[in-house]
Amino acid sequence: MKRPSLFSLVLAMPLLLWQLAFFLFPLLFLIAISFWTVKMFQMQPDMSFANWQRILTRGVFWDAYLRTMILATSAAVLTSAIAFPASYAISFKLSERAKRWMIFVLIIPFFTSYLVRVYSWQVFLTDAGIINAALSYVGLGPYPMLNNTFGTLVGMVTLCLPLVILLQTFSLNFVNRDLIEAAHNLRCGRLRTVASVIVPSAKVGLVIAALFAFILSFGDFVSPLYLGGGNPPTLSIMITDITKSGQQWPRAAVVAIMMIATLMTVAFAAITYAYKERGK
Amino acid sequence: MGNESKLINGWLMLHIALCLIFIFAPIAGSFVFSLNSDRFPSLPLGEFSLDWYRAIWNDPLVWSGFANTVIVGLIVAVIATILGFGGAYTDYRYNFFGKSFYLALALLPPTIPVVIMGLAMLAFLSRIQLSGSTISVVIAHGVMCSPFAMAIIRLRLSQMDPDLEAAAWNLGGNEWATLRHVIIPFTRPAIFAALFITMAVSFDEFAVAWFVSGLNETLPVKILGFLQGQVSPRINAIGSLAFLSSMTLIVLAQLLLRNPNEGSK
Repeated sequence: MKRPSLFSLVLAMPLLLWQLAFFLFPLLFLIAISFWTVKMFQMQPDMSFANWQRILTRGVFWDAYLRTMILATSAAVLTSAIAFPASYAISFKLSERAKRWMIFVLIIPFFTSYLVRVYSWQVFLTDAGIINAALSYVGLGPYPMLNNTFGTLVGMVTLCLPLVILLQTFSLNFVNRDLIEAAHNLRCGRLRTVASVIVPSAKVGLVIAALFAFILSFGDFVSPLYLGGGNPPTLSIMITDITKSGQQWPRAAVVAIMMIATLMTVAFAAITYAYKERGK
Repeated sequence: MGNESKLINGWLMLHIALCLIFIFAPIAGSFVFSLNSDRFPSLPLGEFSLDWYRAIWNDPLVWSGFANTVIVGLIVAVIATILGFGGAYTDYRYNFFGKSFYLALALLPPTIPVVIMGLAMLAFLSRIQLSGSTISVVIAHGVMCSPFAMAIIRLRLSQMDPDLEAAAWNLGGNEWATLRHVIIPFTRPAIFAALFITMAVSFDEFAVAWFVSGLNETLPVKILGFLQGQVSPRINAIGSLAFLSSMTLIVLAQLLLRNPNEGSK
């Protein structure tokens, strides 16, 4: 292989060095400190499994783990289900111009403070809030919508929905229009066309969109804390609690590593499933 | 396309509208509540008032948070765009052993949950005595923003005619001259778009900044502080202003990316 030129190194190296030093290394450091011990409020290099043992033998941790898994899975499924009809309509029913506008509109939420949106939801969802006040006019409610699972899911769907619609729309845009025409010519009904032509063709994109929703919800601590009431905690809340309440970073590191391991497993499973027997 | 049905299409359009209402309800709500006199907004809404804007205008903490956010955002935008440009060009031009590792390292940060990034950054930066400073927020945001800059510039590079570079070399330009006279002018709109987008990302990022910032809090971290304390519509006022500034940056970026032939002269 040719020796890399100075030019290519000057362009390629800054990013590589930056990400090695400030992205990969901190994550590896996290693994290292999970074996450290804390003495007199100071972390000390060590090779102890005490943190692992302490976290993994605790019911509290596994409750949080299960709860986080259920919340993230529900958010991913719910968001995908809500998004699909919208993505389908955007991809197949809108003009090119309207499509471009829709994509622009869906990008806006990414640059709107998620915290502010969650705060705003609090105001909507409280017992005396806008929604319950409106419902009481027609003699309903009040329904508890805050500090419970419902509230958490509202926040998570708010976070994920724009991204999932965008990813689904992009993958539906790549579905071969001739296949759909062929299905129609063969007198395949609309639902059947969606189920046996469109969904299989766009499967990779749909699964990856759901995966992103899972990842985002799994790591989100804002919704569970401010819309879900924070109790029982999720893994992310656990990490923030442990970190902010003292020097027990090694234990927080164990929780973080468990989270990363879970995410990697889920991502690997989802991608394997997405590409398995990929349509014709 | 084949069997169209007005009814089903109508339902689909209604569904899009409902999704958009759901997505934008909190954003619109924050605007409305910020102009509402009641501390706990309910129906019917109270009077129109600018009190909450006046309150944040007179709050020195908000101003220092704002100053920190802008300083961090500007520095991060420049760093992330330079890093992203190098990464995008490397991906566009070269094939080398370990390229997939390079790309993974460059693009993965947004998929790592922010609490984990925050903890890892805090643990690492405090070890090298850098936590609790503005620099630590810049470092963390640099990691998180450079993938966005890289993606935007890479997209623009893929629109470039590959013969352009070859032509420049044939005319005797070396790589540096080609970079300066061909590639940078061609990607200029994307470079500016990347600057604005990364600045907007940095403006809104709160979680990692919260972990590493110590006393030099950015505005979003201030908001997090407000959220944990008393309920205050000041958050809505700050949020509305933050929304307007982020949107300005996005619209600028969008305008720059709109005409792909601009700047290629």
